Amino acid sequence: MELRKNYFADVRKDDLHEIGQPRPRSDSPGHVTGKTAYFADRSFPGMLHLKMVRSPHHHARIRSIDTSEAEKHPGVVRVLTAKDVPHNVYTILILIQIGPEDETVLADGKVRWKGEAVVAVLAETERAAQEAAAKVRIDYEVLPAVFDMEEALKPGAPLVNEYHGQNYYLYDSGECRKVRFGDVEAGFAGADHILEQSYQSSPIEHAPTETTGCVVAPEGNDRFTCYTNTQAMFFTLDNTSIILQMPGSKLHFVGGTVGGGFGGKVDVIVEPIAILGAKLTGRPVCFIYSREEEMQISSPRAAEKVVIKDGVMTDGRIVARKVTGYTDAGAYSRHSPYGAQKGAGHYPGPYTIPNVWIDTYCVYTNRTPSSAMRGFGVTIGDFALEVQMDKLARLIGMDPLEFRFINAYRDGDMKAHRQPTEGAALIECMQEASRVANWPVAEKYMAMSSYAKGA
Amino acid sequence: MAKVPVQFTLNGSEKAEFIDSGTTLLNALRDKIGDTSPKGGCHQGTCGACSVIIDGELRLSCLTLAETCDGAAITTTLGLAEGGVMHPLQRAFLDTFATQCGFCTPGMIMAAKVLLDHTPNPSRDEVIEALSGNICRCTGYEPIIQAVLRAARANSQNAA
Ligand code: FES
Ligand code: FES
Repeated sequence: MELRKNYFADVRKDDLHEIGQPRPRSDSPGHVTGKTAYFADRSFPGMLHLKMVRSPHHHARIRSIDTSEAEKHPGVVRVLTAKDVPHNVYTILILIQIGPEDETVLADGKVRWKGEAVVAVLAETERAAQEAAAKVRIDYEVLPAVFDMEEALKPGAPLVNEYHGQNYYLYDSGECRKVRFGDVEAGFAGADHILEQSYQSSPIEHAPTETTGCVVAPEGNDRFTCYTNTQAMFFTLDNTSIILQMPGSKLHFVGGTVGGGFGGKVDVIVEPIAILGAKLTGRPVCFIYSREEEMQISSPRAAEKVVIKDGVMTDGRIVARKVTGYTDAGAYSRHSPYGAQKGAGHYPGPYTIPNVWIDTYCVYTNRTPSSAMRGFGVTIGDFALEVQMDKLARLIGMDPLEFRFINAYRDGDMKAHRQPTEGAALIECMQEASRVANWPVAEKYMAMSSYAKGA
Repeated sequence: MAKVPVQFTLNGSEKAEFIDSGTTLLNALRDKIGDTSPKGGCHQGTCGACSVIIDGELRLSCLTLAETCDGAAITTTLGLAEGGVMHPLQRAFLDTFATQCGFCTPGMIMAAKVLLDHTPNPSRDEVIEALSGNICRCTGYEPIIQAVLRAARANSQNAA
């Protein structure tokens, strides 16, 4: 790798020893010799296997649950339902005051998405747990479901999640997260061209090679050791402590070795119920998603819809941008209210636009709850924005890279969400990209800098 | 459930176990014998993480019944290093950053080993073909292809 040392040479100490040097990863000797211990590589004598009975419906009331046949199945040690969970309703981000608690560990009275966990079966073998799970009888009253964000926001749509009371997350700014900067309508009125486009994405599954799971061992001293592949160790510790109403000092989490995560292992889903199983049986418990569960049950990246309206001048300046963004949280919040909020801050992109108006909605539907995935809240937004940038450049007959130089943010520019730009390097990156990709731009752009206006 | 006796060599040492009939080789190796280097990524023959070498052939241990391995010679990634010295493939995976989360790595190394055992100087296309049954979600494959080609070069230099 080549480092361009001429950029920012005057502000950077140039005694870097690590950057630009290949350094072996400290975990790779274990990986290549097969010695790295992933959570599923631990097993304990007497370990039980946990299998989940899941909702076959997108939206239904639970009339009754009959576990009697499952309990009689050979090898079954314990069957858990909602009433066994000390604090059954939770939400991950309550730790940073993002509520309300809106999701059950095991469904209580209602299911809101197809695949939702209803009953947990603990048995001596995986096979016995699987067979017993098939013997749990649940009587459902199927309810109308909603799968489309715009449908969900219409009056009269089926209510997905009673803990919210409406099909959107209520921010302190109201039904959506809002950004208002300058006067967007005046900007459109003065623009040479207007372009409004809408962009949509489907949910995306992370598909890590190692599926989500944990192994729990009860220790002799009333503590529980949980070997997990969570990507969010402290979220998991604190939420488990709340859900099980158990002080954190009783919980010992061991992790850090994750067979691929990409954001798909930040939701606290498997650990609380596995630890509860270990507590109630006094036995070690293993709960590992099958590949099918990983693909169908673990949260994907949210489906998103982004509607962008831009006003642009023939000289290349974007003078107004109005964005309405929708994030499909699925049935529960998990990390989506945060993702949608990030989008609100991000939609102007790395460009300085004087008039900006943004609304982003976090919408509840009867789909699989979505959550974190690699830059969630901004990744799909970036796709939409950069496609929009190319379309705008084409509209005014300008080179798409030069068009971006004209609008690039620079140090000191005020961003729409009222943070002054600091440490910008977009112009320098584009200059390098222009050279490397052999996509020449006019000399004046190659002379620009993120520091100074006017070049 | 009826137990069946099974006997094979694992990385050169004799193993004898009573297993439940129907147990996969993957589960037998991991849960009974304690060699956890083959990984279970799907248990349905689609990811390659469970790959092992049985009598010189690359096999998916999640789709192989342990009881069919009676008398076989089985190799796993755990058995590749000799006297604490890494196999050239292991060294090459390390040096080319061909492992990130590492979950696919033992299976990849097994597939690469079978390739190099049969084809000491493979073309890039042959490497890609040989790894085509193994999924890696982290690296984007290029460093893995480079690792196999590098190991092949190291082998031929040693032989020369
Ligand atoms: S676990 Fe055998 S192919 Fe995936
Ligand atoms: S290194 Fe993570 S799957 Fe290959």
